[in-house]
Amino acid sequence: MADPGNIGLWTVPLAVLGGAVRVSTPFLFVSLGECITERSGRINLGLEGTLVMGAMSGYGVSYLSGSPWLGVLAAGVTGAAMGALHASICGLPRVNDIAVGIALMLFGTGLAFYLGKPLIEPTAPRLPSIDFGWWSDIPQVRAALRINALFLIGVVLAPVLVWALRTTRWGLIIRTAGESADAARAMGYSVNLIRLRATMFGGFLAGIGGSFLSLFYPGSWNEGLSSGQGITAVALVIFARWNPMLCLAASILFGGAAALGPALQSVGFSHGYHLFNAAPYILTLLIMIVTCSPKRTLIGAPAELSITR
Amino acid sequence: MKADVDAPLTPSGLGRLLRRPRFGGKMGGAAEFVVIPALALAASLVLFGIFVALFGKNPLDLYFYMYQGAFGTWFSWQNTLTRAAPLILTALCTALPAQLGMVIIGGEGALLIGALCSTAAALALQEAPSLFVDLAMAGAGMVGGGLWIMLSGALRQYRGVNETISSLLLVYIALAILNYLVEGPMRDPTSLNKPSTRDIGAANMIGSIPGTDVHWGFVFGIIAAVLSYILIYHTVFGFAARVAGGNIRAAKVVGLSVGKLILVICFLAGAAAGLAGMMEVAAVQGRTNANLAAGYGFAGILVAFLARQNPLAVIPVSILLGGIGASGGLLQRRLGLPDASVLVLQGVIFVMVLASDSLYGRLPFLQRKAP
Repeated sequence: MADPGNIGLWTVPLAVLGGAVRVSTPFLFVSLGECITERSGRINLGLEGTLVMGAMSGYGVSYLSGSPWLGVLAAGVTGAAMGALHASICGLPRVNDIAVGIALMLFGTGLAFYLGKPLIEPTAPRLPSIDFGWWSDIPQVRAALRINALFLIGVVLAPVLVWALRTTRWGLIIRTAGESADAARAMGYSVNLIRLRATMFGGFLAGIGGSFLSLFYPGSWNEGLSSGQGITAVALVIFARWNPMLCLAASILFGGAAALGPALQSVGFSHGYHLFNAAPYILTLLIMIVTCSPKRTLIGAPAELSITR
Repeated sequence: MKADVDAPLTPSGLGRLLRRPRFGGKMGGAAEFVVIPALALAASLVLFGIFVALFGKNPLDLYFYMYQGAFGTWFSWQNTLTRAAPLILTALCTALPAQLGMVIIGGEGALLIGALCSTAAALALQEAPSLFVDLAMAGAGMVGGGLWIMLSGALRQYRGVNETISSLLLVYIALAILNYLVEGPMRDPTSLNKPSTRDIGAANMIGSIPGTDVHWGFVFGIIAAVLSYILIYHTVFGFAARVAGGNIRAAKVVGLSVGKLILVICFLAGAAAGLAGMMEVAAVQGRTNANLAAGYGFAGILVAFLARQNPLAVIPVSILLGGIGASGGLLQRRLGLPDASVLVLQGVIFVMVLASDSLYGRLPFLQRKAP
């Protein structure tokens, strides 16, 4: 091979693979967080707003402090605050958690656009990536294997969460609140407090997912940054049957679907580019159509979850 | 004669039972539905005032310019009503399915599909008389939007797919279809900076209500809201829908076909939002492009919740929210607030209105005294 850069159509699967790893990270963090929230018996549809708030605050703090990792932390804290807001409103009597989620989706995006106006111009330091492709001469392979540390953290987090849900005391308490609020109450726990913590944890991870958007890929702050990744990730949790390991697999699948459009464009196939952009949403819809059923409640669904009742 | 009819009823106490307490109860209930959202709204304005005060703006200026921009002058009233028109229709897209206990938040998608379908109809019928073109546009827009939301309803009914998530996913799919068509097959080659479809033609534009700059969409919105109200509260079909919304098992036991109800209501809901899209094309933009995704569909969700899903209450709430939207420009110019401040205020109102749900039946001064 004379020119290592000329690998023809192999560019497409490579770009999809690299894109899957890159694009899947926000899906992964949001869905892992939402997984924990939903296991405690509450659904937070507002993670779309949390994601955008996380992206904005992460970018802002990274720009002001010069440290992208401080930005990631700030994004997580912002997300946890959004989660606390959601949980405390849902804790009031007769308030519907789905409606509160929609409200926070609009509130979060609005607030992020408001506060983020001055951040569109400046460039913040971005998260570094780890080069796993040093062994290869082919630039496309190296590009595909330039992986962000956040993705690796997410990959490690998934089995840890499975373990924590299954064996730790906290995991048991969260699952109890999700399966039967009465049982948790009988054990002497405050269901609202458990769900507050679970929603804050979910918000923390969703905020980190947002900081990945603004600090790594696409790697800038603007108002069109997130287009439904948050809500897609919520749907993805249903598809993953509330299992963190399946969330990981589903996120990578979705990342691949989202990377298909840009990958095809990179080899000059740009016809219907916008339709390929819709691929993750269409895939989500198709998967929900195939896996849901009107006749039975979903396997693995927490019994207290309003969305499946 | 009259006294004779009344006489036997009064001693038994039935007359009293039928008349006074019921009337009083109704008034007490209605007062709650007005007072509590009004309190939530006032609290949101105070919170938003504090929010802008944190950025060094005077909250009193904020309220003054908001009033000026929304209802202060004839010009701002017209701006407000023009913005209220699509809000009424997109709010119906959430309020109608809510009667069945469904939470549909995809009005934005139905609006975009309605706009695309009506533009396509107008472009296909360029030679026809303009009244016919407008009717065809309205029909195409309503059918397109209606089928779009009906898809969410059908997925819920036949596959058990959550309608909130599916309708929101359909918004992003609709946006992708719009971008694809506007930049591809339907693109007007002369639209360089902002890819658009061809113009529907000045003759086919729907004019304004005489004496105003408010287009006819506002009137159509009110008609749609009133018709929806009659359908839900004064027809057997609407009664069946409310029964199914109250208790789906009871509805099945008494033999209502819930599936049909879901499909028809979702179609009507989508048709309303599709009509909003048609109006935005035929009365404002004159063509389809990305400008149409202006967030009317999302603001409509807020309107529906603030109106407590009542089709008639949607009208005044739309005017109020239209006013907030209309004042955005003035806030930007006079106070230097970002254009997103309207979104923040809408979000605060939405959160406060939902939080106020827990106040129903708990405010002492609104409760009827025990007899």
